[in-house]
Parts: sequence; C-alpha cells; structure tokens
Amino acid sequence: MALRSEATAERISRLHEVAVRARPVALAREHVLPVLEPLQPLLPDGLRRGSTVAVGDSTSLALALLAGPSGEGSWAAAVGVSNLGLAAAAELGVALDRLVVVADPAPESWASVVAALVDALDVVLLRSRRRVSGSDAQRLIARARERGSVLIVLGDSWPEAADVRLSVVRAEWEGIGDGYGHLQARRAVIESSGRRSASRVKQVELWLPSVDGGVAVVDELATVRPLRTRTA
Amino acid sequence: MTAVRTLVVRVPDWAVIAAGVPLHEPAAVFFANRVVASSPAARTEGVTQNMRRREAQGRCPELAVLEHDPARDARTFEPVVASLDVLTPRIEVSEPGRCAFPTRGPARYFGGDDALAQRAHALASEELGERGVVHVGVADGPFAATLAAAERATVVVPKGKSPAFLAPWPLSTLDRPELVDVLNRLGLRTLSDFAALPARDVLARFGTDGATAHRLAAGLDERPPATRPPPPDLAVEAELDPPAERVDTAAFVGRALADELHAKLSARGHVCTHLLIVAETEHNECLERLWRLDIAGTSAGVIADRVRWQLDGWLNGTAAHRPSAGVTLLRLVPDELATAAGRQLGFWGGGGGADERVVRALARVEGLLGPDSVTVPEWCGGRGPGEQVKLVPASVVDLTGERPSANPEWRTEPWPGALPTPSPATVPRAEVAAEVVDAGGALVRVSGRGEVSSEPVRLKVGDRPSRRIVAWSGPWPVDERWWDDAGRRRHARFQVVTDDGQAHLVLLEHGHWKLAAVYD
Repeated sequence: MALRSEATAERISRLHEVAVRARPVALAREHVLPVLEPLQPLLPDGLRRGSTVAVGDSTSLALALLAGPSGEGSWAAAVGVSNLGLAAAAELGVALDRLVVVADPAPESWASVVAALVDALDVVLLRSRRRVSGSDAQRLIARARERGSVLIVLGDSWPEAADVRLSVVRAEWEGIGDGYGHLQARRAVIESSGRRSASRVKQVELWLPSVDGGVAVVDELATVRPLRTRTA
Repeated sequence: MTAVRTLVVRVPDWAVIAAGVPLHEPAAVFFANRVVASSPAARTEGVTQNMRRREAQGRCPELAVLEHDPARDARTFEPVVASLDVLTPRIEVSEPGRCAFPTRGPARYFGGDDALAQRAHALASEELGERGVVHVGVADGPFAATLAAAERATVVVPKGKSPAFLAPWPLSTLDRPELVDVLNRLGLRTLSDFAALPARDVLARFGTDGATAHRLAAGLDERPPATRPPPPDLAVEAELDPPAERVDTAAFVGRALADELHAKLSARGHVCTHLLIVAETEHNECLERLWRLDIAGTSAGVIADRVRWQLDGWLNGTAAHRPSAGVTLLRLVPDELATAAGRQLGFWGGGGGADERVVRALARVEGLLGPDSVTVPEWCGGRGPGEQVKLVPASVVDLTGERPSANPEWRTEPWPGALPTPSPATVPRAEVAAEVVDAGGALVRVSGRGEVSSEPVRLKVGDRPSRRIVAWSGPWPVDERWWDDAGRRRHARFQVVTDDGQAHLVLLEHGHWKLAAVYD
C-alpha cells in the first residue's frame, strides 16, 4: 500500500513538472506597452495593458504617453478630443498613420463608441464633456482589461480612480520675454502617483515639449539658453 | 493534368452597370479614392484603373463618381446567373460580373462548344438587355476561358490549344502586380516566356503563389491536382426559426455558419475553393449557388461576404427569381477543397497597415456616429497651427495599405512664416473670441506697419476670468492668400504666457482678438 502511494506521489510530482514545462510562457513585457525613454522614471514598467492613466488637463502629456506605443506599431484612437494639435502629436512622436480621431460622440452612444475602439485598438485617448457614469466607466475598464488596451483619460470627467495618475506640478516656458523671442521649450515637473505598484509618488523634470517639439529629460547643461526666464 | 474545359460568361464593366449607369456615360467606381472600375466612355477620356479621384475628375470633369459596393454588384448579377440555369445546374460565380461552368455535360447536350457558347451568349444578353454586352469564352481551364471572354462576343479556343492561345498575352493578365514587376525586370513579357521557365525553379524562387501563376501561364489548371472532394461532414447548416424573410436576419446566421465552416476547415489544414450556398424556404424551394473563392484570401469574412451577397441576390432579386417564402434552412457545403498553403504574415505582425480588427472597429464606430465621424490625419501645407495636418474621413482612405500622406515627408515645400516648433497641443477647430488689454484696460492694437499700440497686460478668453500676462512675443503679421477673395486672411499673431503658466497663441484680425491655440 505504502509503495503504491509512493508511486502515485512520484507520478503526481512528475505531472507537476510537465505542467510547469508546458505552461504557456507569457513574458511580463508582453503585458505592457512601451513608453518614451524620458517618461520611464515615472512608469518604470511601461504602460500596463488593461490599465487606466489619468493625465489631468495636459494634452501634451497625454500625447507624449501615446507616443510610446504608437511609435512601436500600436494603433491609437482619440475620442472627444477634436481640438487635438496634430502637428504637436507628430512632434512628440505619435505615428499619425496609426492614429484615428473620432468626433465627439453624443452622450447616449459615447460608451458604445469607446467600447468598440477599446476592442480593437491598443490605446484610446478620451475626453468626455459630461461626467462619465460609474457603470459605463467600470464596463470600459473591464473591457480594456480583457482586451489588453490602455485608456488615457484627459480632464476630470472620469469617475473611477485611475491606476496611474500623471500631473504637471510646475511648468515654466522658456525662450519668450516681454515682446521678444518665442516659446521654445517648457520645463515641467511631472509627478506620477496611483494605485498598487504605482502608489509610490515619483517626480521627474522634463522638457515637455522640448525645442524640437519632442520630450527630453532636463539636463542641467541643457542647450536651451533662455533669453530671459519669467516665472509665475 | 490538363485543365477542365470551361465556359466563362463575362459582362465587362459590371460594377458600372450594377450601379445603374449607362455605359455611354463617363462613370467610374472608386474605392479608397482610387478608380477600381470605369465605363468605356470614361476610358476614352483617359480615366485608367487605380487613378486618383482628383486626377480622374481632372481628365473628365463630367465623370459620375460611383461608390464601390460589392454587395450591390453581387445582388444585381444574380438574375444574369439565374438566366443561365437552364444550361447547367453547376454554375459558379467567380466574381460579380463573371461566372463559369464546366462544359463537358452541357456541350454534348446542346451540340458542341460553339452552339453552347452561342446559346449562353443569347440567354445572358436577353437578361441584360440594353444595359451592357456579354462576352463568352470557352477554353481549357477558367483562366484561359476568362481571357477568351476578354474581347469579343464569343471565342471558342479548340481543345488542347489553350497554351498556344495564352502564349502572346502579356503577363499583367496574371493579376499579380508584384510578381509581374519582377518578371518584367527579368526580361519576361508574355505568358509563354514565363511558362517556358522550369516549374521547379519557379516554385523555389516565387513560392506557392508564383507556382500557381506559372501553372496558369502554362494553360494548366490554377490549382495543383491535390484538390479533393470533401468528406460530407464538413458541410454546416442552420435552421432558421422563424423563417428569415430579410437579408440581414439570414446573413447573421450565415456569418456564424461561415465562422464554423472556416474553423472546421482550418482545423484540417484545408481551404475551401468552391463553396456551395444552399437555402431552403418554407415552400420547399431549394436554392443553390456555387461560389468560387480565391485560395489566398480565404477567411471566415470572405465566406460570410459571399453568403450575404448571395442571400441579397435571392431575397431582394426580381419577382421572377425571388423565393415565395422565407428561408428556413441555410447550408454551406465546401464543394472543393485545397490544402491550405498558409499565408505568410510579416515577422513582427505585418507592415504599417491596419489589421482587420481595427478596420472593423472603425466601421462599427462609423455605423454608430455617421460616415464622417471617424477621421485620420494627413499632412498638408500651411502656416497656421491647425493647417499643417488635416483630418480626412477614414472611409475614403485605405487603412490596410501604406499611407505616405501620413508621414511628415509628404510635405515637400517649405512654409516660410509657419509657426516655429514646438507646435501647440490644443488647437480649437474654431477660433475662440478673446481680449488682450493693456495697463489702462484698452484693447491692444497693431498698426499697419506692424507696431503694437501698447504693451499687453491681461488676456481674457471667452467668458473665463482674465489673467495677467507674464511674457509675450509678437506681433507676427501674416497676409495669406491675397489672390483669393474667399480665402484671404490678414492677421497678426502673438504668443502669450499668462500667470498660471499657460501659453497661448492669440491673433488679432480686423480689430478682433481670437484664441487660436493653447500650448498645454
């Protein structure tokens, strides 16, 4: 009897071994979308698929976030952001040949439009003029999690707490004075906070946008030489 | 193996006829802004295949622009196919505007290939009436028969003479632009040049698709002889209760059947090359039609499309052909199978084009919001913040292909006077009324010489509270399109940073301040 149970135990342990070997390998990086290098201190693991990111009112921050996946071949849609500066999007690194701009949907079809986009596209940038209902938001979050897409939310109409919240803490334009120069670059302190793994507050100082319209980490030996800097 | 002797009935320019336009009027069918079919009248004006819409309209201003609608083409072609049903029950629809059947049985019955061709021509012409002309070709194999039906009313290529008949045709008849391009550069011009190459070498260099093309050029059957009659359990069917009288209800079931059939076939490593669509009605009528499927593009979607088109043809056809009751049973029978050669996708998931899923999702959103609601960016020239990139409806663009116009290199000319980088991230579609005032509260003005009346101190946008200006630059005068009364604009631009750290692009036009963009 004892012998038999021993044999069974061995067989079970072998089965476990086989199961471990045959388990589909899913690398952690397949579950995340890439972010631009300057943003990596804020999102060290990249954009986790199925997560929601709130970016407050900063459109350029939203576009910089979008640029990572878009530049690596993902399709992105912008819903309700019909006043998007597309030239700025291109300068920040968004691939315009994989960007779709959807007109502001009527309130009754808003949720189904976003759901249809979440189904097929990797990143959906959205802004709603009205407050999104809690049930709509939860359904969209569940859908995004199932399909592995990322929602980037602009504005404050989103009722749920986002997984990651990015905000511009301080910003200061350089290159412009009292009647001379022009806007050259914005030195911005971006802060990230959020839930779970993102709960530790991180800050990074970026040129957003930099002189050529892109994103860059502020280097104290920066090449931008402001004519004169005025702060608020 | 020699090819099956085939009769092809072809109606040239079917897409134009299906749209209801007489052929003597210039008309062209457009898909993704390119000509896919045109009427003879349009061709004499210089409209060619694949031409851009603007160019086509430039060559022929009175050109009628027709929408590409394969469902309409298929539906209107059904009566023509039905008129040939008296000759043989085994007619296969190759594509809307072209159908084929093997001549072996009917030719003996009707007294030879010539008599059969004449008869088919008469039947189809009668159904078609004044709308168009019918071409009939008989040859060994569908490819040679299609070419035989290319030019004249009836052409019968004698048995065994197909290779000789095919020899002088140009390679472009193979309908494989990339392959033909390579072959042309290798110095091969006609089908006989290509057919003279050893089959093994062609397979080694150009793969299965190249080998298929080589078989065609040599006058052999398109498919290698491995096609087999399918085992009966591959057919799928569904009963419809209540009976479907409308196309969309029946097509919905058809879609599910198509998925099921496709899954069954791909599990066995097969693709379906001939699909028999069968519908039974409440009054026990049995409708059948055979469709030919392209091996390379066989997917569940392709099958579902054929089913929907066919149902559309039956249920929305003329009274003479329409069934007298609703459809109670729908059956899809794979009539002929071939081994799936597989489709080689790009190593990293394809090129720049959208996958099917994205295109479908966008079509769905378009259905919810209306045709022009889904837009994609394209570069164009301009000086203003919103003028460098314009949005075009996604429905007129082929998202599955490369889109050079979405790359910044598309703009070749420099635009002196354009805004310097960085560009503003928010550009309202319509400019918002604003006010820029000086220390005394008076509106700031700009003289004809481009001088500011006084230093701007506060900015007020719309009905939001006014903000103190901490930095500003300008004015940058712009005088655009002075030759064009309607599009002429003369204004002065300013960049303004307010005390909340926000930067704005404002402009002064005819004494009115407007907010043009925000750098947020």
